[in-house]
Amino acid sequence: MTTGIITALGTASSNRWGRATWLGLIALALLLAAPFTGVYTEFVLHALCLALFASAFNLLFGFGGLLSFGHVAFFGSGAYTTAYALKVWGVTPEVGIVLGMLAATALGLVFGALAIRRQGIYFAMITLALAQLLYFLFVQAPFAGAEDGIQDVTRGRLFGLFDLDHPLAIYYVVVAICLGGLAVVQRVVQSPFGHVLEAIRENEARAISLGYRVNSYKLGVFTLSAALAGLAGSAKVLVLQLATLADVSWHLSGEVILMTLIGGVGTLAGPVIGAFVLVGLDTSLAESGIASGMVQGALFIACVLVLRRGIWGFFADRLERARTRH
Amino acid sequence: MIEILGVSSQALWGQLLIGLINGAFYALLSLGLAIIFGLLNIVNFAHGAQYMVGAFCAWIALNWFGVNYWVALILAPLVVGALGALMELLLLRRIRDLDHVYGLLLTFGAALLIEGSFRQFFGSAGLPYPMPEQLRGGRDLGFMVLPNYRAWVIVASAVVCLVTWLVIERTKLGAYLRAAMHNPSLLQAFGVRVPRMVTLTYAFGATLAGFGGVMAAPIYQVSPAMGSSTLIVVFAVVVIGGMGSIGGAMVTGFGLGLVEGLAKVFYPPASSTVIFAVMVIVLLLRPAGLFGRVA
Repeated sequence: MTTGIITALGTASSNRWGRATWLGLIALALLLAAPFTGVYTEFVLHALCLALFASAFNLLFGFGGLLSFGHVAFFGSGAYTTAYALKVWGVTPEVGIVLGMLAATALGLVFGALAIRRQGIYFAMITLALAQLLYFLFVQAPFAGAEDGIQDVTRGRLFGLFDLDHPLAIYYVVVAICLGGLAVVQRVVQSPFGHVLEAIRENEARAISLGYRVNSYKLGVFTLSAALAGLAGSAKVLVLQLATLADVSWHLSGEVILMTLIGGVGTLAGPVIGAFVLVGLDTSLAESGIASGMVQGALFIACVLVLRRGIWGFFADRLERARTRH
Repeated sequence: MIEILGVSSQALWGQLLIGLINGAFYALLSLGLAIIFGLLNIVNFAHGAQYMVGAFCAWIALNWFGVNYWVALILAPLVVGALGALMELLLLRRIRDLDHVYGLLLTFGAALLIEGSFRQFFGSAGLPYPMPEQLRGGRDLGFMVLPNYRAWVIVASAVVCLVTWLVIERTKLGAYLRAAMHNPSLLQAFGVRVPRMVTLTYAFGATLAGFGGVMAAPIYQVSPAMGSSTLIVVFAVVVIGGMGSIGGAMVTGFGLGLVEGLAKVFYPPASSTVIFAVMVIVLLLRPAGLFGRVA
């Protein structure tokens, strides 16, 4: 069962806390130094936004045990709202991001309330169908610009002071947003709320009999995950300066699941690793002319059959085994 | 001409007919999903891809080998069914003891892989498939003109659905199948080869999807994306109907096709979203679905 694996990983990572901290610090140092090393920063930022998106999804799936197949709805509504607010209303970036997050949160509350009425596979199908409903609304809605989406979004000045069109300014602002979001995910997982979620995932009936309002917890984590996914979508608009139908299409919902799966479900580092792997892969595939769906599908199958604990889970296992041998 | 709420009856009947045709495909696909779910306990995300492969098999048969529609109608579903059996044996069997979520993820991956491969080799654009000669033209019913091919699609899929339902509910084979859905280990203890039944059931579900694909080929264009867009609507249909009942899946499929047709007449922009809206209403009023048990 998934749940057993996740628990095993959870205990493993708390034992190995020292090593994980060091790895995290090295990654952070690389991230902060990246603009000075000649790395293509837009790639890093795009991958970071998706890493936040995948972490938000993982909060719901890996830690809450709820598989949403329509998480793109929240990413997309955040992206469209921020793009519209920045371009049409001319608000400052921080207001645009807050509005995007609010839209995603509200939508998360509504979709979540509907989806938790059914469980398991029905939950997955309902979220997928609701996200598709939103997709069709965006196709038709006049403000969303149909096939073109909302393009040439102006980034503006953060707090009216810092011009985000400066490459370093946009880089560090988006890095700060994404790291902030990841910190929230980590904090939630380790909070009492996160532990109750784990209990519900492991044994819902027992959690109910202990007096927990299971549905409130589920709705809570769903909404929180939606808000963070919306934040990721808003940050993406700041980076790429556009919101298009690709941001609300079911393909992206599939990709975010794949990122989480590749990196390691139910781990904090997994979705981040998965996002960088998949964005890197997509970039190189775009040049080769191979349909990305083919490769992604094969990866999905490989992950489910042989690498269920993901890249991070795989290495965490190795480290753990090496340690117990000594 | 008679008008209903400002809509000519000609247009109304025409759209209802188109609705009924969409409904025929929803019914066929949700029937296959329900059967597979009943025995394997997985939602077959590859169902849309299998429907698409069925349509492509017919197209390839016609354009590469000159095989006509009627032969393809038999052959293509068999090919899709065989591929389904292979998929069950090679992939799904390995994860049977894991959480059902993995079945969903695996079939989703398979769907991406299949759809991506067809996109790679045939491009994204739709390919036309001609109507079979015998079914061209239509007949005048007085209040509307009924195209022959469309009448055929509705009748054929209704017959296939009914026969499937009868086999499952009224024959010995169906009894075994129902027994396997309720308690596979007990049935195995009686000497029935349940693993083989599982393979054949998955293959049969895929066959139904392939059959739907061949029938869809002359109406919609044959394209790699035709499966996934239909499948998401079918998921909504399945949520509305509940997968517990085979008959329910069929009734809901045809019914929602009609609802979609009505939406096209009275408020066209809503036609792509109306089924999802119905799903929301059903979730609010009857969370277990119209024919479902609480899951």
